[in-house]
Amino acid sequence: MSWFKRKTKGITTTTEEKKDTPRGLWYKSPTGKIVDTEELERNFYVSPEDDYHVRIGSKEYFEILFDDNKFKELDTKLESKDPLKFEDTKKYPDRLKAAQEKTKLKDAVRTAVGKSKGKDLVIACMDFSFIGGSMGSVVGEKIARAADYALKNNIPFMIISKSGGARMMEAALSLMQLAKTSVKLAQLADAGIPYISLCTDPTTGGTTASFAMLGDINISEPGALIGFAGPRVVRDTTGQELPEGFQTSEFLLEHGFLDFISHRKDLKNKINLYIDLITNQPLRA
Amino acid sequence: MEYLEFELPIKELEDQLQKCQIIGEESDVDVTETCKKIEKKLKETKKDIYKNLTAWQRVQLSRHPNRPYTLDHIKALCGDSFLELHGDRNVKDDKAMIGGLGKIGDQTYMFIGQQKGYNTKTRQYRNFGMANPEGYRKALRLMKSAEKFGIPVVTLVDTPGAYPGLEAEERGQGEAIARNILEMARLKVPIITIIIGEGASGGALGIGVGDKVLMLENTWYSVISPESCSSILWRSWEYKEQAAEALKLTAPDMKKLKLVDQIIKEPLGGAHTDRETTFKSVSDAIVKNYEELKNLSPKELVDQRMEKYMQMGVYKG
Repeated sequence: MSWFKRKTKGITTTTEEKKDTPRGLWYKSPTGKIVDTEELERNFYVSPEDDYHVRIGSKEYFEILFDDNKFKELDTKLESKDPLKFEDTKKYPDRLKAAQEKTKLKDAVRTAVGKSKGKDLVIACMDFSFIGGSMGSVVGEKIARAADYALKNNIPFMIISKSGGARMMEAALSLMQLAKTSVKLAQLADAGIPYISLCTDPTTGGTTASFAMLGDINISEPGALIGFAGPRVVRDTTGQELPEGFQTSEFLLEHGFLDFISHRKDLKNKINLYIDLITNQPLRA
Repeated sequence: MEYLEFELPIKELEDQLQKCQIIGEESDVDVTETCKKIEKKLKETKKDIYKNLTAWQRVQLSRHPNRPYTLDHIKALCGDSFLELHGDRNVKDDKAMIGGLGKIGDQTYMFIGQQKGYNTKTRQYRNFGMANPEGYRKALRLMKSAEKFGIPVVTLVDTPGAYPGLEAEERGQGEAIARNILEMARLKVPIITIIIGEGASGGALGIGVGDKVLMLENTWYSVISPESCSSILWRSWEYKEQAAEALKLTAPDMKKLKLVDQIIKEPLGGAHTDRETTFKSVSDAIVKNYEELKNLSPKELVDQRMEKYMQMGVYKG
């Protein structure tokens, strides 16, 4: 016995009346859960059924963390040059141009100041969509300047890391950005200004070996990949099978390198709670 | 003596010269002229080869199996005054990272550096000069100790990278390196860093933030090894020569980019061909640079160091 009965045979809908699902209306998480993109947006870009934290960029994080999505972006004009005339299978300037056109971003980090729960906060947020969130001279300089802004104006500082590491096309210049950003963080630390490092999926290589691990608190979202050497490199070098959950944020928490893991919907409250507590200020509601 | 591929013409001439000398000794034939000719040719060939080294050839020289390693340098610089110190006071003593106190002339220095092995057994013991987090934490402990007593720090960098192992990740390789970079940025005693072999990425910078950063002539320093760069960007190991060129990782390139302060000349043919001369040059460089730094107040020193790193980077807008 069937539940539905077709009264007339065949497909009776004409092609004009056929309803297509527009692309991008649904999001499918890695475990196969399907969610409406508008609902996903309302849910802080977290798939509601399995709590999968979708990779998002600076636009979304600013929206989540700054009140009413209002903020002043800093150093918007900085762009990469090609000091080494680097060429592999592609020329570096061509890669940059392609990335800029694809992402509508200038480089792999955006920095901004705005109110979060009513108080000023400086945020530097990396964009993985721009050459894998790789850190070259521009990323280093923008983060250093944002930290400097926080320092001069006595505002708490936050970096949201999302990066594969240093940018190979700027070779040793990229490497020195680890030092440059750490210098500024040392100055912030000496001035007693709180610095929060949020490690998001993925945070590896040079970012882990510098600012991502240097927070007064290091925090993360569930299920993020965080490590110095990527899992493939570790497997290839050691020949060992990697344990389940290796280099996830839960793994780092267990081994003592994170202060806590926060669901994205609680992020704004938790970082501001920390700031109020560590600066001994009345708690904001 | 081991020869690299591009050094084979030298080996051939040296063999010829040796044969010629033996003939001279064992028979009555006068070979002085022939020997002289070969010697002259040898000298010219050497000059020719070593004056025009490609980036990849320098990378090969930096890894030459006969090259002096960190402890060779330290022992030559300090003689019997060197006192090795061990352990990170947390987990263990990392054999890939060594450190200790020693004197050059009247001045005590804290020496820290990655150590490679010279045969299969010692290479494994030293983990090929790839330190674990404990190595970086040991280095930091020694630097802090030096700071406490106003002793200048000399770091000798020679590593193919920080060890990318499972336990290294568990114990926070990234955090250990990051912490060192930050603490070195504000250490209140002079830091002189010398790249004596390989300077691979974070593993090198983890002991490499200095007031003066020097490179021996035939060393390399970059964000990644040419092999790994080739495998990532070209998706094949075959492009290491191109990668070495593209990365601008040689001492002259790094000097031009103002990422290092000075190049220490090596004897013709590389540091291993005349160790004593190499050690002398390194010793002179340390003493001279310390002379420049020793009269700065801790604040001036740190300010200058920080300012130096703030200047690094090329961008527009």
